[in-house]
Amino acid sequence: MVRTVWHGGTLMTSVLSEPALASPPRREIVDRRSLGDRIFRKGVTLGALTAFIVLSLIASLLFFRGFQIFSAFGLDFITTSTWEDVDGTVENAKFGVAAMLVGSIVVATIAMAVAFPFVVSSALFLEFYVPHKLKAVLVAILDLMAAIPSIIYGLWGYLVLMPLASGWAASINNYLGWFPIFGVDFDNFEASPFVSGLVLALMVLPIAMSVTREVYSRAPLDQIQAAYALGGSRWGAIRTVVIPFGRSGLVGGMLLGMGRALGETVAVLLTLNLVFEVKFQILASAGGSVASLIASRFGEASPLELKALMAAGLVLFLLTLIVNFGASTIVARAERRVK
Amino acid sequence: METNGIETNTNQRVERDNSTARATTRSTDFEEKMVATTGLQTKAIHAWFGDHHVLEDVSLDFPANTVTGLIGPSGCGKSTFLRMLNRMHEFLAGASMAGEVFLDGNEIYAPDTDVAAVRLKIGMVFQKPNPFPSMTIAENVLAGLKLANLKVSNKDDLLEECLVRAGLWKEVKDRLKLSGSSLSGGQQQRLCIARALAVKPKVLLMDEPCSALDPGSTLKIEDTIHELSSSMTVVIVTHNMQQAARVSDHCAFFLSDGHPGRVVEFGKTEVMFTSPKDQRTADYVQGRFG
Amino acid sequence: MTNIEVKIPERQRPWINRGASVRELVVPVAIAAVVAAAINLLTGLAGALGFYFAFVLSYAVVAWFTGRRHDKVKGIDKLATAFITLGFATAFIPWASILFTVVRRGWPTIYGGYFTTDMRVTAADDDLAMGGLSHALVGTVLMLLVASVISIPLGILTAAYITEIRGKLSGFVRIMVQSMSGVPSIVAGLFIYATVVSRFKFSGLAGALALSILMLPTIARTAEEVLKLVPEEIRSASYALGASQMATTFRIILPAARSGLVTASMLGVARVAGETAPLILTSFYSAVFSLKMIGEPIGSLPMYTYQNFGVGTETALTRAWGGALVLMVLILILFSTARLLSGRGQK
Repeated sequence: MVRTVWHGGTLMTSVLSEPALASPPRREIVDRRSLGDRIFRKGVTLGALTAFIVLSLIASLLFFRGFQIFSAFGLDFITTSTWEDVDGTVENAKFGVAAMLVGSIVVATIAMAVAFPFVVSSALFLEFYVPHKLKAVLVAILDLMAAIPSIIYGLWGYLVLMPLASGWAASINNYLGWFPIFGVDFDNFEASPFVSGLVLALMVLPIAMSVTREVYSRAPLDQIQAAYALGGSRWGAIRTVVIPFGRSGLVGGMLLGMGRALGETVAVLLTLNLVFEVKFQILASAGGSVASLIASRFGEASPLELKALMAAGLVLFLLTLIVNFGASTIVARAERRVK
Repeated sequence: METNGIETNTNQRVERDNSTARATTRSTDFEEKMVATTGLQTKAIHAWFGDHHVLEDVSLDFPANTVTGLIGPSGCGKSTFLRMLNRMHEFLAGASMAGEVFLDGNEIYAPDTDVAAVRLKIGMVFQKPNPFPSMTIAENVLAGLKLANLKVSNKDDLLEECLVRAGLWKEVKDRLKLSGSSLSGGQQQRLCIARALAVKPKVLLMDEPCSALDPGSTLKIEDTIHELSSSMTVVIVTHNMQQAARVSDHCAFFLSDGHPGRVVEFGKTEVMFTSPKDQRTADYVQGRFG
Repeated sequence: MTNIEVKIPERQRPWINRGASVRELVVPVAIAAVVAAAINLLTGLAGALGFYFAFVLSYAVVAWFTGRRHDKVKGIDKLATAFITLGFATAFIPWASILFTVVRRGWPTIYGGYFTTDMRVTAADDDLAMGGLSHALVGTVLMLLVASVISIPLGILTAAYITEIRGKLSGFVRIMVQSMSGVPSIVAGLFIYATVVSRFKFSGLAGALALSILMLPTIARTAEEVLKLVPEEIRSASYALGASQMATTFRIILPAARSGLVTASMLGVARVAGETAPLILTSFYSAVFSLKMIGEPIGSLPMYTYQNFGVGTETALTRAWGGALVLMVLILILFSTARLLSGRGQK
């Protein structure tokens, strides 16, 4: 900025150093809280970190306890299927969770495949078809279904569903047995991945359904109206607007259900016959599940086998962590898109 | 003065850019294929939301191949009335009505009416542009065909024709495969118009189509409306009185004033703006309220 | 200015055609039922379920035809409606079956002394008029209480961090809570086994700890939503009065959200009340009524059911159903109370 001034008869120009329009330096607001508040904040923060602490403890403890197994078997732990403790020494023992891991995934996949059409149709029904007055009642009933404990699903699954489902499995094998996954080596259809998968489908249906329904309820109303204004039917509007919109929410919801199915123990324990062999015959009375493995072998496990079970627990923990994390990311992204 | 204003506007209407002029030539074929329209009439229409009486005794005649503007202050039931014309009013919870709406002599609220067919004949463009984001531009225009399962011998011709009539063809002809939501607001609204045209409606309802748009797009859409009126009936709700003056042949002035909305006056646009019969109409068009 | 008086006509809803819609529903149902009965009798699709399956298929086809008479679009619309509605209804059948079975098969176990006797002298196979589940009930209640005492404060603190302190770690905390809700129940049991049980043997406390791991995420998430509902103006008012953050949180915010927090807690409890897997590894099983939470196993409703199922005889299985019934009623009470409280809190 230049200033011109008459000074004693002469025109003087002087340059002023600071520019007139510079913004002033911002003041730093220092927040000195009282001692009480500082303690309070630290306390609450510590409390909030409990989840993180517990998760880390679980992961590290399982790793630590199962370390001997990991170091002895390495990747073989995940790729082999034999499970026996011969004489208590690591050298002669064989531990591999491949069969159980594959089995967990197979059963969870069956569950999701069976649940899928019901998730979509129920979510659509509750959002677009149900008479207004019934909606609250039905949603309340569904919430209740979500609260039924797994032991009851297991009990019902074994005593009520299994006799029926073995019959269905027998028919499926009858007509479609030529298809590899529907073939069986023995004519025993009880306690198969098929039955387990059916029970699990029931268990994960509520959670997948509620996530999907939540997303469908946010489908943009103005586009739905546009579809109707073009002469579309109700299904036309749903197909054009709601389903494309809700796709990622649906995927997220299904993945969340899958995460739950992978970790389910008791329902599978009662309805699946554990066999230490990687099998893809879903109708046969043989399968695997890491969670049921731990629960069933725990009672009589030797110290060495216990370590192996810890290692298996770590594998399961990491698997469900990854699936759940993926699921929540997808759901969060789907919800963010609406805003 | 108003008279001069309207005359100037009419002169301005003569100048149109090439695209719309071309559309006029093309639309003659289109016109010939269409059955002569007899227009839309309403008799003693009332509307309620729950117990709230929002429209009272609206009886209007929308002559064929004209543009009718629905004007009046906000909240007096213009949009509600518009939605009754294509049976969208019933979607709102607690909605009820009385009266009759006739399209080509058929009452559209008669029992056993095929509602979807009614909506094919009476199309609607909404205030906020709402193209389907999961579809490309081309798919958006033809969406109505897919929804109603209409077979067309040449989809590309129809696509081009609708986009030309909506004044959008030149801007998007090279990017038809892009998503519908990649366009600007004005372009999206013209896309919605093209989409509404694809099912060959006899009546086009427009609910404040330009209120969220820039003046350039507004002008283009007003040109489109003028061109469309030669082959279909247009009913447009607008808050902008100058727009109503530019675009419509007739106007209906709605007023609610604490009681249910009513039509205070209906007549030719020039008359409504220069020598209205009702004092309230005069007050409104001169900007004394609203 | 007076307007001409208009006679107000009657309100109508001409789009609702009750007669037609009833007719449209009853006729296809009737036709489908007949066709399904025929299929039922003539083919291998036997039994009630076979009939239902055949009915669903026939109804869908009939619905499609009735729509098709108008045009193809209506046909598809009716077909879609049929499948969507029936899909929803079908999902209800297994759940109805579960509830029905639990009540029917569990009811015979209930008698006068059911809730006051334990199984210390009765074998699972003995007459149903002997023994009971007092030990299981008290064990479950005690463990739930201890787990609540641990996880409810922690859950509320977690939520308060996100909504009140709004620290830099808020996003991180949410992710941790989300991840924790995905921990399989068996893994929680395994963790507590490795830390507590291996040192201190099976105990109720161990079981409660495992349950609290599973409870915490539910409570934290629900509490966060509840605390978010407290209007921002209330916080502003409190701070403007010069109150410290601690005072604001404990004296204003938490009490304001009280009913919601109670709901969150009850939902958390209801969720873990029936967990079995972690208990297999932590509190194990006992047949004796006891209030001792440390040093020895304790009974619980899920384990009671599980054990009796393991025995496998007819009577034992009935006892298992009895345990299931009591468990269901307990969860039902918790859930309904939670819902009632949340409903009242909103008014």
